[in-house]
Amino acid sequence: MITVKVLGSGCANCNKLEQTARQAIAQLGIPANVEKVTDYAKIMRYNVLLTPALVVNEKLVAAGRIPSTGEITTWLTNAMA
Amino acid sequence: MTTQTQPTIPAERPSWQLPTVTILTAVIWLLVWGQLQNLADWLSYSLLGLSADTRLGESVNFFLYDVPKIILLLGGMIFLVTLLRSFFSAEQTRAALGGKREGVGNILAAGLGVLTPFCSCSAVPLFIGFVESGIPLGVTFSFLIATPVVNEIALAMLFGLFGWKIAGLYLVTGLIIAVVGGMAIGRLNPEKYVEEFVWQIQMGDNVAGVTYKPSWNDRIGDAWGSVKEIVGKVWLYVVIGIAIGAGIHGYVPEDFLANIMGRSAWWSVPAAVILGVPLYSNAAGVIPIVYALMEKGAALGTVLAFMMSVVALSLPEMLILKRVIKAKLIGIFIAIVAFAIILTGYLFNFVIR
Repeated sequence: MITVKVLGSGCANCNKLEQTARQAIAQLGIPANVEKVTDYAKIMRYNVLLTPALVVNEKLVAAGRIPSTGEITTWLTNAMA
Repeated sequence: MTTQTQPTIPAERPSWQLPTVTILTAVIWLLVWGQLQNLADWLSYSLLGLSADTRLGESVNFFLYDVPKIILLLGGMIFLVTLLRSFFSAEQTRAALGGKREGVGNILAAGLGVLTPFCSCSAVPLFIGFVESGIPLGVTFSFLIATPVVNEIALAMLFGLFGWKIAGLYLVTGLIIAVVGGMAIGRLNPEKYVEEFVWQIQMGDNVAGVTYKPSWNDRIGDAWGSVKEIVGKVWLYVVIGIAIGAGIHGYVPEDFLANIMGRSAWWSVPAAVILGVPLYSNAAGVIPIVYALMEKGAALGTVLAFMMSVVALSLPEMLILKRVIKAKLIGIFIAIVAFAIILTGYLFNFVIR
């Protein structure tokens, strides 16, 4: 089971990132848990300066931008390996 | 007989396609740009059959000239700015600001505030990240003041309507306000007004953050993406703003506003600053109206103060920052920035004649 976290305080871009991540997961058809992290104290543990940010299995993979579904699928595949 | 099945290749655009489309667009952009006045004249005087001597003709011509001009400029400017910003990152900015003294740090922060890709919804993590890595609060505030003041929408519209001199003046004064404002805040020992939890946050040990190395195609693609997003968001305001501006241009008599918005009306500068606050994020709609007002006798300083107030004193950003700093520091921040803007307004009203 892969844990995907979307970091951000609920701005429009955070929701967009969450949707993109869910699309990537659906494309791969893998079991994954998507969690939204809005608490700044928790967000800062990943040392991000810009939101939205994406964390796959506790590893920060993107910050301050919305990656493409393709990029996210790569990270998910790497996390499964 | 053997039937060979080709392996399915993922549908990916060839790498030359995006740059080629971009260059072609740039050529078309330049061709249209050179013909804007002819196009507007032909549309209003030949196609619509209006006379250039009537108020209606003048207004319609103003509208048909300025709408395509501003949309073209906005698109071009946003594209170039996004491309330029793709070479900067918040992590690099933080590293560059670390260990810098007051003064040098403030100047650098204001400059980088313009170049670092940043949206106001990231203000809190950025604030915490800067403060936790030891960047002085005054320097952090210089960054936070510069980012909204010098925004590409305002710059493109100022350049398009007022020319490069006023756009440059606006850019330079915006940077000076960010530097001086940040230094002033830094002198007030603002640490005590930062919410306690900020100092207690444990930053992760992922110190380098995440590195994103985009290819040229990624950069160009991102630039197109932000052109679509921002132009899609503001074009209607631009059209409405120019329509109102066109009405003022054709129907309001010359010097009509000289008494209420002119140089001699001392109260017009603070009034412009107060009026600007609730208009946040509508720089696109506000600037064409302001342009028409200036034609009718409003003073340059008053106009600049109004535009800076529209972009710099943004209530949504204050509310976001309220989560990390106490109301008193927000108050100080607003007071210092407002004071700096008012001072700038008076300065231009008295110096430029």
